[in-house]
Amino acid sequence: MTAYLMDVATLARKDLRLELRARSVVPAMLLFVVAALVVFHFALPSGSSDLAAKGMLWVAIVFTALLGLTRAFVAEREQRLIDGLLLAPCDRSAIWLAKSAAMLGFLVVAELVALPAFALFFSGIDGATVAGVALADLGICAVGTVLAAMAVAGRARELLLPLLFLPLAIPIVVGGVGASVADEPARYLGLLALYDAVFAIISWASFEYVVTE
Amino acid sequence: MLVPTAIALVFFYAPVDEDGLNQKIFYFHVPIALTAYACFGWGAWKGLVHLWKGTPGADLESYVAIHLGVIFGAMTLLTGSLWAKFRWGHWWLWSERQLVLFLVLFLFYSAYFMLRYSVEPGPQRANLCAVYSLFGVVLIPISFLAIRLANQYIHPVAFNRHGPQMAGSQFFTFCVCLAAMLALFAALYQFELAGKRLDARLRELRELLA
Amino acid sequence: MTNEEKYVAAAYLVVFAFVLVYFLIMALKLARLEREVGELTDLARKRVDG
Repeated sequence: MTAYLMDVATLARKDLRLELRARSVVPAMLLFVVAALVVFHFALPSGSSDLAAKGMLWVAIVFTALLGLTRAFVAEREQRLIDGLLLAPCDRSAIWLAKSAAMLGFLVVAELVALPAFALFFSGIDGATVAGVALADLGICAVGTVLAAMAVAGRARELLLPLLFLPLAIPIVVGGVGASVADEPARYLGLLALYDAVFAIISWASFEYVVTE
Repeated sequence: MLVPTAIALVFFYAPVDEDGLNQKIFYFHVPIALTAYACFGWGAWKGLVHLWKGTPGADLESYVAIHLGVIFGAMTLLTGSLWAKFRWGHWWLWSERQLVLFLVLFLFYSAYFMLRYSVEPGPQRANLCAVYSLFGVVLIPISFLAIRLANQYIHPVAFNRHGPQMAGSQFFTFCVCLAAMLALFAALYQFELAGKRLDARLRELRELLA
Repeated sequence: MTNEEKYVAAAYLVVFAFVLVYFLIMALKLARLEREVGELTDLARKRVDG
Protein backbone atom coordinates (compact mmCIF):
# COMPACT_ATOMS: atom_id res chain seq x y z
CA MET A 1 0.00 0.00 0.00
CA THR A 2 2.69 2.48 0.96
CA ALA A 3 4.72 1.36 -2.04
CA TYR A 4 1.70 2.10 -4.23
CA LEU A 5 1.33 5.57 -2.75
CA MET A 6 5.05 6.17 -3.19
CA ASP A 7 4.73 5.31 -6.86
CA VAL A 8 1.81 7.67 -7.19
CA ALA A 9 3.70 10.47 -5.48
CA THR A 10 6.76 9.94 -7.66
CA LEU A 11 4.75 9.95 -10.86
CA ALA A 12 2.72 12.98 -9.86
CA ARG A 13 5.88 14.85 -8.90
CA LYS A 14 7.31 14.03 -12.32
CA ASP A 15 4.29 15.63 -14.01
CA LEU A 16 4.44 18.71 -11.81
CA ARG A 17 8.15 19.11 -12.38
CA LEU A 18 7.70 18.79 -16.12
CA GLU A 19 5.08 21.49 -15.99
CA LEU A 20 7.27 23.75 -13.86
CA ARG A 21 10.04 23.41 -16.39
CA ALA A 22 8.05 23.69 -19.60
CA ARG A 23 5.18 25.88 -18.35
CA SER A 24 2.98 24.80 -21.21
CA VAL A 25 -0.37 24.00 -19.63
CA VAL A 26 -1.08 26.07 -16.56
CA PRO A 27 -0.43 29.53 -18.07
CA ALA A 28 -2.66 28.59 -20.99
CA MET A 29 -5.42 27.51 -18.63
CA LEU A 30 -5.12 30.71 -16.59
CA LEU A 31 -5.26 32.92 -19.61
CA PHE A 32 -8.13 30.94 -21.09
CA VAL A 33 -10.29 31.08 -18.00
CA VAL A 34 -9.88 34.83 -17.55
CA ALA A 35 -10.48 35.46 -21.24
CA ALA A 36 -13.56 33.26 -21.12
CA LEU A 37 -14.97 35.23 -18.20
CA VAL A 38 -14.44 38.47 -20.10
CA VAL A 39 -16.18 37.00 -23.14
CA PHE A 40 -19.06 35.89 -20.96
CA HIS A 41 -19.42 39.38 -19.59
CA PHE A 42 -20.14 40.59 -23.10
CA ALA A 43 -22.22 37.52 -23.92
CA LEU A 44 -24.68 38.29 -21.12
CA PRO A 45 -26.91 41.22 -22.00
CA SER A 46 -27.14 43.89 -19.34
CA GLY A 47 -29.83 43.10 -16.85
CA SER A 48 -29.08 39.40 -16.86
CA SER A 49 -29.29 37.92 -13.43
CA ASP A 50 -26.38 36.82 -11.29
CA LEU A 51 -27.73 33.32 -11.66
CA ALA A 52 -26.97 33.33 -15.38
CA ALA A 53 -23.43 34.50 -14.59
CA LYS A 54 -23.00 31.59 -12.22
CA GLY A 55 -23.96 29.22 -14.97
CA MET A 56 -21.29 30.83 -17.13
CA LEU A 57 -18.72 30.24 -14.39
CA TRP A 58 -19.37 26.52 -14.74
CA VAL A 59 -19.05 26.64 -18.48
CA ALA A 60 -15.70 28.34 -18.02
CA ILE A 61 -14.53 25.73 -15.53
CA VAL A 62 -15.49 22.78 -17.69
CA PHE A 63 -13.83 24.18 -20.79
CA THR A 64 -10.70 25.18 -18.91
CA ALA A 65 -10.42 21.66 -17.58
CA LEU A 66 -10.91 20.38 -21.12
CA LEU A 67 -8.07 22.58 -22.31
CA GLY A 68 -5.73 21.11 -19.73
CA LEU A 69 -6.87 17.54 -20.28
CA THR A 70 -6.23 17.76 -24.00
CA ARG A 71 -2.54 18.16 -23.20
CA ALA A 72 -2.48 15.56 -20.41
CA PHE A 73 -1.04 12.66 -22.36
CA VAL A 74 0.46 14.47 -25.31
CA ALA A 75 4.00 14.34 -23.96
CA GLU A 76 3.66 10.65 -23.27
CA ARG A 77 2.50 9.92 -26.80
CA GLU A 78 4.76 12.26 -28.70
CA GLN A 79 7.93 11.24 -26.95
CA ARG A 80 6.89 7.64 -26.49
CA LEU A 81 7.17 8.04 -22.75
CA ILE A 82 4.12 5.88 -22.25
CA ASP A 83 6.04 2.73 -23.15
CA GLY A 84 8.57 3.50 -20.47
CA LEU A 85 5.84 4.18 -17.96
CA LEU A 86 4.16 0.90 -18.76
CA LEU A 87 7.43 -0.99 -18.35
CA ALA A 88 8.00 0.54 -14.94
CA PRO A 89 7.32 -1.90 -12.13
CA CYS A 90 4.28 -0.13 -10.80
CA ASP A 91 0.57 -0.71 -10.95
CA ARG A 92 -1.08 0.88 -14.00
CA SER A 93 -3.76 2.46 -11.90
CA ALA A 94 -1.00 4.34 -10.09
CA ILE A 95 -0.35 6.14 -13.39
CA TRP A 96 -4.00 7.18 -13.47
CA LEU A 97 -3.99 8.35 -9.88
CA ALA A 98 -0.80 10.36 -10.37
CA LYS A 99 -2.00 11.93 -13.60
CA SER A 100 -5.35 12.82 -12.04
CA ALA A 101 -3.61 14.36 -9.05
CA ALA A 102 -1.40 16.45 -11.33
CA MET A 103 -4.39 17.57 -13.39
CA LEU A 104 -6.22 18.40 -10.17
CA GLY A 105 -3.29 20.55 -9.17
CA PHE A 106 -3.36 22.45 -12.48
CA LEU A 107 -7.09 22.91 -12.32
CA VAL A 108 -7.00 24.18 -8.75
CA VAL A 109 -4.35 26.72 -9.69
CA ALA A 110 -6.54 27.90 -12.56
CA GLU A 111 -9.52 28.20 -10.24
CA LEU A 112 -7.56 30.05 -7.60
CA VAL A 113 -7.40 32.77 -10.21
CA ALA A 114 -10.80 32.17 -11.79
CA LEU A 115 -12.94 32.34 -8.67
CA PRO A 116 -11.57 35.69 -7.41
CA ALA A 117 -11.77 37.00 -10.97
CA PHE A 118 -15.39 35.90 -11.11
CA ALA A 119 -16.11 37.58 -7.78
CA LEU A 120 -14.47 40.74 -9.10
CA PHE A 121 -16.22 40.80 -12.49
CA PHE A 122 -19.64 39.41 -11.61
CA SER A 123 -20.85 38.65 -8.11
CA GLY A 124 -19.66 37.23 -4.83
CA ILE A 125 -19.14 33.52 -4.30
CA ASP A 126 -20.54 31.60 -1.38
CA GLY A 127 -19.23 28.54 0.40
CA ALA A 128 -21.52 26.15 -1.44
CA THR A 129 -20.06 27.22 -4.77
CA VAL A 130 -16.53 26.64 -3.55
CA ALA A 131 -17.51 23.22 -2.19
CA GLY A 132 -19.18 22.44 -5.50
CA VAL A 133 -16.11 23.49 -7.45
CA ALA A 134 -13.89 21.33 -5.27
CA LEU A 135 -16.08 18.26 -5.68
CA ALA A 136 -16.52 18.87 -9.39
CA ASP A 137 -12.74 19.12 -9.83
CA LEU A 138 -12.32 15.63 -8.43
CA GLY A 139 -14.85 14.21 -10.84
CA ILE A 140 -13.53 16.14 -13.83
CA CYS A 141 -9.97 14.98 -13.24
CA ALA A 142 -10.91 11.36 -12.51
CA VAL A 143 -13.02 10.94 -15.64
CA GLY A 144 -11.05 13.32 -17.80
CA THR A 145 -7.76 11.52 -17.30
CA VAL A 146 -9.17 8.22 -18.51
CA LEU A 147 -10.84 9.87 -21.47
CA ALA A 148 -7.69 11.80 -22.32
CA ALA A 149 -5.75 8.53 -22.35
CA MET A 150 -8.39 7.13 -24.69
CA ALA A 151 -8.39 10.15 -26.95
CA VAL A 152 -4.63 10.14 -27.57
CA ALA A 153 -4.95 6.65 -29.01
CA GLY A 154 -7.16 7.99 -31.76
CA ARG A 155 -6.22 9.84 -34.90
CA ALA A 156 -8.08 13.06 -34.14
CA ARG A 157 -7.00 13.53 -30.52
CA GLU A 158 -7.82 17.13 -29.86
CA LEU A 159 -11.13 16.67 -31.62
CA LEU A 160 -12.09 13.49 -29.86
CA LEU A 161 -11.67 14.47 -26.23
CA PRO A 162 -14.40 17.13 -26.05
CA LEU A 163 -16.82 14.77 -27.74
CA LEU A 164 -16.10 12.06 -25.22
CA PHE A 165 -15.94 14.37 -22.25
CA LEU A 166 -18.88 16.75 -22.58
CA PRO A 167 -21.73 14.22 -22.32
CA LEU A 168 -20.07 12.79 -19.24
CA ALA A 169 -19.67 16.28 -17.80
CA ILE A 170 -23.39 17.05 -17.91
CA PRO A 171 -24.09 15.64 -14.41
CA ILE A 172 -21.13 17.67 -13.11
CA VAL A 173 -22.56 20.85 -14.58
CA VAL A 174 -25.99 20.06 -13.15
CA GLY A 175 -24.55 19.42 -9.71
CA GLY A 176 -22.27 22.43 -9.82
CA VAL A 177 -24.80 24.93 -11.07
CA GLY A 178 -27.36 23.55 -8.66
CA ALA A 179 -24.95 23.92 -5.77
CA SER A 180 -24.27 27.54 -6.68
CA VAL A 181 -27.83 28.69 -7.35
CA ALA A 182 -30.21 26.52 -5.32
CA ASP A 183 -31.41 27.39 -1.86
CA GLU A 184 -30.51 23.97 -0.51
CA PRO A 185 -27.20 23.02 -2.11
CA ALA A 186 -26.79 19.83 -0.09
CA ARG A 187 -28.52 17.57 -2.61
CA TYR A 188 -26.47 18.88 -5.49
CA LEU A 189 -23.27 18.46 -3.54
CA GLY A 190 -24.47 14.95 -2.80
CA LEU A 191 -24.90 14.32 -6.51
CA LEU A 192 -21.37 15.56 -7.16
CA ALA A 193 -19.98 13.37 -4.38
CA LEU A 194 -21.82 10.35 -5.76
CA TYR A 195 -20.51 11.09 -9.24
CA ASP A 196 -16.95 11.40 -7.92
CA ALA A 197 -17.15 8.16 -5.98
CA VAL A 198 -18.70 6.08 -8.75
CA PHE A 199 -16.54 7.37 -11.55
CA ALA A 200 -13.35 7.32 -9.49
CA ILE A 201 -13.88 3.63 -8.80
CA ILE A 202 -14.68 2.72 -12.38
CA SER A 203 -11.83 4.84 -13.76
CA TRP A 204 -9.39 3.39 -11.29
CA ALA A 205 -10.41 -0.13 -12.19
CA SER A 206 -10.49 0.33 -15.95
CA PHE A 207 -7.45 2.51 -16.61
CA GLU A 208 -5.20 -0.49 -16.99
CA TYR A 209 -7.13 -1.63 -20.05
CA VAL A 210 -7.00 1.80 -21.61
CA VAL A 211 -3.21 2.02 -21.73
CA THR A 212 -2.23 -1.58 -22.40
CA GLU A 213 -2.25 -2.67 -26.00
CA MET B 1 -44.42 -12.32 -35.58
CA LEU B 2 -44.71 -10.44 -32.33
CA VAL B 3 -44.56 -7.01 -33.91
CA PRO B 4 -47.74 -7.31 -35.99
CA THR B 5 -49.50 -8.85 -32.99
CA ALA B 6 -48.44 -5.92 -30.88
CA ILE B 7 -49.65 -3.41 -33.45
CA ALA B 8 -52.96 -5.21 -33.75
CA LEU B 9 -53.37 -5.24 -29.98
CA VAL B 10 -52.57 -1.57 -29.73
CA PHE B 11 -55.20 -0.59 -32.22
CA PHE B 12 -57.99 -3.08 -31.68
CA TYR B 13 -57.70 -4.33 -28.15
CA ALA B 14 -56.47 -1.66 -25.80
CA PRO B 15 -59.18 0.77 -24.73
CA VAL B 16 -58.64 4.44 -25.39
CA ASP B 17 -58.39 6.23 -22.09
CA GLU B 18 -59.14 9.84 -21.28
CA ASP B 19 -55.78 10.92 -22.62
CA GLY B 20 -57.12 10.18 -26.03
CA LEU B 21 -55.27 8.68 -28.89
CA ASN B 22 -51.82 9.67 -27.73
CA GLN B 23 -51.93 6.58 -25.56
CA LYS B 24 -51.24 4.71 -28.77
CA ILE B 25 -47.86 6.39 -29.08
CA PHE B 26 -47.06 5.47 -25.53
CA TYR B 27 -47.35 1.79 -26.36
CA PHE B 28 -44.52 2.05 -28.83
CA HIS B 29 -42.48 4.89 -27.41
CA VAL B 30 -41.89 3.42 -23.96
CA PRO B 31 -41.03 -0.13 -25.06
CA ILE B 32 -38.59 1.30 -27.60
CA ALA B 33 -36.97 3.35 -24.88
CA LEU B 34 -36.71 0.36 -22.56
CA THR B 35 -35.26 -1.70 -25.39
CA ALA B 36 -32.66 0.97 -25.99
CA TYR B 37 -31.62 0.70 -22.34
CA ALA B 38 -31.47 -3.05 -22.77
CA CYS B 39 -29.19 -2.59 -25.79
CA PHE B 40 -26.83 -0.31 -23.89
CA GLY B 41 -26.85 -2.66 -20.92
CA TRP B 42 -26.16 -5.64 -23.13
CA GLY B 43 -23.36 -3.78 -24.90
CA ALA B 44 -21.75 -2.90 -21.58
CA TRP B 45 -22.12 -6.47 -20.37
CA LYS B 46 -20.35 -7.73 -23.49
CA GLY B 47 -17.70 -5.07 -22.92
CA LEU B 48 -17.21 -6.34 -19.41
CA VAL B 49 -16.96 -9.91 -20.66
CA HIS B 50 -14.34 -8.75 -23.13
CA LEU B 51 -12.23 -7.04 -20.45
CA TRP B 52 -12.68 -9.80 -17.95
CA LYS B 53 -12.32 -12.98 -19.94
CA GLY B 54 -11.03 -11.70 -23.26
CA THR B 55 -13.59 -13.75 -25.15
CA PRO B 56 -12.98 -13.22 -28.86
CA GLY B 57 -15.98 -11.68 -30.52
CA ALA B 58 -17.29 -10.01 -27.37
CA ASP B 59 -16.01 -6.68 -28.70
CA LEU B 60 -18.00 -7.06 -31.90
CA GLU B 61 -21.10 -8.09 -29.97
CA SER B 62 -20.74 -5.08 -27.73
CA TYR B 63 -20.42 -2.81 -30.74
CA VAL B 64 -23.46 -4.26 -32.50
CA ALA B 65 -25.58 -3.95 -29.36
CA ILE B 66 -24.59 -0.31 -28.91
CA HIS B 67 -25.15 0.41 -32.56
CA LEU B 68 -28.69 -0.92 -32.28
CA GLY B 69 -29.08 0.97 -29.01
CA VAL B 70 -28.32 4.21 -30.81
CA ILE B 71 -30.88 3.38 -33.50
CA PHE B 72 -33.52 2.63 -30.89
CA GLY B 73 -32.47 5.75 -29.03
CA ALA B 74 -32.99 7.87 -32.12
CA MET B 75 -36.42 6.32 -32.55
CA THR B 76 -37.21 7.16 -28.93
CA LEU B 77 -36.17 10.75 -29.46
CA LEU B 78 -38.33 11.12 -32.56
CA THR B 79 -41.43 9.40 -31.21
CA GLY B 80 -41.00 11.19 -27.90
CA SER B 81 -40.74 14.50 -29.67
CA LEU B 82 -43.93 13.75 -31.59
CA TRP B 83 -45.62 12.77 -28.37
CA ALA B 84 -44.57 15.96 -26.68
CA LYS B 85 -45.89 18.00 -29.60
CA PHE B 86 -49.11 16.08 -29.50
CA ARG B 87 -49.68 16.30 -25.80
CA TRP B 88 -48.20 19.59 -24.75
CA GLY B 89 -47.92 21.38 -28.05
CA HIS B 90 -44.12 21.68 -28.11
CA TRP B 91 -41.62 19.68 -30.08
CA TRP B 92 -39.19 19.69 -27.25
CA LEU B 93 -39.71 19.94 -23.52
CA TRP B 94 -36.79 20.16 -21.15
CA SER B 95 -39.04 19.05 -18.35
CA GLU B 96 -39.60 15.73 -20.05
CA ARG B 97 -36.89 13.84 -18.21
CA GLN B 98 -36.75 10.69 -20.25
CA LEU B 99 -36.31 12.64 -23.46
CA VAL B 100 -33.51 14.74 -22.01
CA LEU B 101 -31.82 11.64 -20.69
CA PHE B 102 -32.02 10.11 -24.14
CA LEU B 103 -30.51 13.19 -25.68
CA VAL B 104 -27.56 12.92 -23.28
CA LEU B 105 -27.19 9.23 -24.02
CA PHE B 106 -27.48 9.84 -27.72
CA LEU B 107 -24.61 12.33 -27.57
CA PHE B 108 -22.58 9.98 -25.40
CA TYR B 109 -22.98 6.99 -27.66
CA SER B 110 -22.46 9.01 -30.81
CA ALA B 111 -19.07 9.84 -29.35
CA TYR B 112 -18.60 6.09 -28.98
CA PHE B 113 -18.69 5.81 -32.75
CA MET B 114 -16.22 8.66 -33.12
CA LEU B 115 -13.91 6.86 -30.74
CA ARG B 116 -14.32 3.56 -32.52
CA TYR B 117 -13.65 4.93 -35.97
CA SER B 118 -10.68 7.06 -35.02
CA VAL B 119 -8.68 4.22 -33.46
CA GLU B 120 -7.00 1.54 -35.53
CA PRO B 121 -8.76 -1.83 -35.24
CA GLY B 122 -7.05 -4.12 -32.82
CA PRO B 123 -6.96 -5.17 -29.19
CA GLN B 124 -6.50 -1.62 -27.95
CA ARG B 125 -9.58 -0.39 -29.73
CA ALA B 126 -11.57 -3.24 -28.25
CA ASN B 127 -10.38 -2.31 -24.77
CA LEU B 128 -11.14 1.38 -25.21
CA CYS B 129 -14.62 0.70 -26.52
CA ALA B 130 -15.36 -1.75 -23.72
CA VAL B 131 -14.27 0.74 -21.06
CA TYR B 132 -16.31 3.47 -22.70
CA SER B 133 -19.41 1.29 -22.80
CA LEU B 134 -18.98 0.60 -19.09
CA PHE B 135 -18.84 4.35 -18.47
CA GLY B 136 -22.11 4.51 -20.37
CA VAL B 137 -24.12 2.26 -18.10
CA VAL B 138 -22.82 4.11 -15.07
CA LEU B 139 -23.75 7.39 -16.71
CA ILE B 140 -27.38 6.33 -17.25
CA PRO B 141 -28.51 6.32 -13.58
CA ILE B 142 -26.33 9.29 -12.67
CA SER B 143 -27.68 11.37 -15.53
CA PHE B 144 -31.16 10.34 -14.57
CA LEU B 145 -30.59 11.63 -11.06
CA ALA B 146 -28.93 14.77 -12.35
CA ILE B 147 -31.78 15.56 -14.73
CA ARG B 148 -34.31 15.07 -11.97
CA LEU B 149 -32.38 17.49 -9.80
CA ALA B 150 -31.86 19.93 -12.67
CA ASN B 151 -35.58 20.17 -13.24
CA GLN B 152 -35.92 21.57 -9.76
CA TYR B 153 -33.93 24.65 -10.50
CA ILE B 154 -34.93 25.00 -14.11
CA HIS B 155 -38.62 24.25 -13.60
CA PRO B 156 -39.55 24.90 -9.99
CA VAL B 157 -43.05 23.55 -10.47
CA ALA B 158 -43.14 19.83 -10.03
CA PHE B 159 -44.26 18.27 -13.23
CA ASN B 160 -46.12 15.10 -12.60
CA ARG B 161 -47.37 13.11 -15.49
CA HIS B 162 -48.22 9.86 -13.83
CA GLY B 163 -51.66 9.88 -15.30
CA PRO B 164 -54.33 7.31 -14.68
CA GLN B 165 -53.25 3.90 -13.57
CA MET B 166 -53.05 1.46 -16.41
CA ALA B 167 -55.97 -0.86 -16.76
CA GLY B 168 -55.30 -4.57 -17.00
CA SER B 169 -55.84 -4.79 -20.73
CA GLN B 170 -53.63 -1.78 -21.31
CA PHE B 171 -50.89 -3.31 -19.22
CA PHE B 172 -51.17 -6.53 -21.16
CA THR B 173 -50.86 -4.66 -24.44
CA PHE B 174 -47.88 -2.79 -23.08
CA CYS B 175 -46.16 -6.04 -22.12
CA VAL B 176 -46.74 -7.51 -25.55
CA CYS B 177 -45.30 -4.36 -27.12
CA LEU B 178 -42.26 -4.57 -24.90
CA ALA B 179 -41.76 -8.23 -25.78
CA ALA B 180 -42.16 -7.38 -29.45
CA MET B 181 -39.53 -4.66 -29.28
CA LEU B 182 -37.11 -6.89 -27.40
CA ALA B 183 -37.68 -9.61 -29.96
CA LEU B 184 -37.06 -7.11 -32.74
CA PHE B 185 -33.83 -6.11 -31.05
CA ALA B 186 -32.76 -9.73 -30.63
CA ALA B 187 -33.51 -10.50 -34.27
CA LEU B 188 -31.71 -7.43 -35.60
CA TYR B 189 -28.82 -8.14 -33.25
CA GLN B 190 -28.35 -11.66 -34.58
CA PHE B 191 -28.83 -10.42 -38.12
CA GLU B 192 -26.25 -7.69 -37.93
CA LEU B 193 -23.82 -9.85 -35.99
CA ALA B 194 -24.05 -12.59 -38.60
CA GLY B 195 -23.44 -9.99 -41.31
CA LYS B 196 -20.38 -8.61 -39.56
CA ARG B 197 -18.96 -12.06 -38.91
CA LEU B 198 -19.54 -13.04 -42.50
CA ASP B 199 -17.72 -9.92 -43.56
CA ALA B 200 -14.73 -10.79 -41.39
CA ARG B 201 -14.69 -14.39 -42.65
CA LEU B 202 -14.80 -13.25 -46.25
CA ARG B 203 -11.90 -10.92 -45.71
CA GLU B 204 -9.96 -13.79 -44.22
CA LEU B 205 -10.82 -16.00 -47.18
CA ARG B 206 -9.77 -13.32 -49.61
CA GLU B 207 -6.42 -13.03 -47.91
CA LEU B 208 -6.01 -16.80 -48.01
CA LEU B 209 -6.79 -17.02 -51.70
CA ALA B 210 -4.95 -13.93 -52.84
CA MET C 1 -58.04 12.37 -40.38
CA THR C 2 -58.13 14.26 -37.15
CA ASN C 3 -55.09 15.97 -35.79
CA GLU C 4 -54.63 13.29 -33.16
CA GLU C 5 -54.63 10.52 -35.69
CA LYS C 6 -52.01 12.35 -37.70
CA TYR C 7 -49.59 12.39 -34.81
CA VAL C 8 -50.11 8.75 -34.02
CA ALA C 9 -49.64 7.83 -37.65
CA ALA C 10 -46.51 9.98 -37.80
CA ALA C 11 -45.02 8.29 -34.76
CA TYR C 12 -45.62 4.86 -36.17
CA LEU C 13 -44.34 5.88 -39.56
CA VAL C 14 -41.13 7.11 -37.99
CA VAL C 15 -40.53 3.74 -36.38
CA PHE C 16 -41.47 1.95 -39.55
CA ALA C 17 -39.18 4.15 -41.63
CA PHE C 18 -36.26 3.48 -39.30
CA VAL C 19 -36.71 -0.26 -39.53
CA LEU C 20 -37.13 -0.01 -43.28
CA VAL C 21 -33.95 1.99 -43.73
CA TYR C 22 -32.14 -0.45 -41.51
CA PHE C 23 -33.28 -3.34 -43.63
CA LEU C 24 -32.36 -1.50 -46.80
CA ILE C 25 -28.84 -0.99 -45.53
CA MET C 26 -28.60 -4.61 -44.50
CA ALA C 27 -29.94 -5.71 -47.87
CA LEU C 28 -27.32 -3.64 -49.67
CA LYS C 29 -24.70 -5.15 -47.47
CA LEU C 30 -25.97 -8.62 -48.15
CA ALA C 31 -25.81 -7.94 -51.88
CA ARG C 32 -22.23 -6.80 -51.53
CA LEU C 33 -21.34 -9.90 -49.54
CA GLU C 34 -22.95 -12.07 -52.16
CA ARG C 35 -20.92 -10.43 -54.88
CA GLU C 36 -17.75 -10.96 -52.88
CA VAL C 37 -18.57 -14.61 -52.34
CA GLY C 38 -19.07 -14.93 -56.08
CA GLU C 39 -15.70 -13.36 -56.80
CA LEU C 40 -14.00 -15.58 -54.27
CA THR C 41 -15.68 -18.67 -55.65
CA ASP C 42 -14.43 -17.81 -59.14
CA LEU C 43 -10.97 -17.28 -57.72
CA ALA C 44 -11.07 -20.61 -55.90
CA ARG C 45 -12.34 -22.41 -58.99
CA LYS C 46 -9.52 -21.00 -61.09
CA ARG C 47 -7.09 -22.06 -58.42
CA VAL C 48 -8.45 -25.62 -58.42
CA ASP C 49 -8.50 -25.86 -62.21
CA GLY C 50 -5.08 -24.36 -62.63
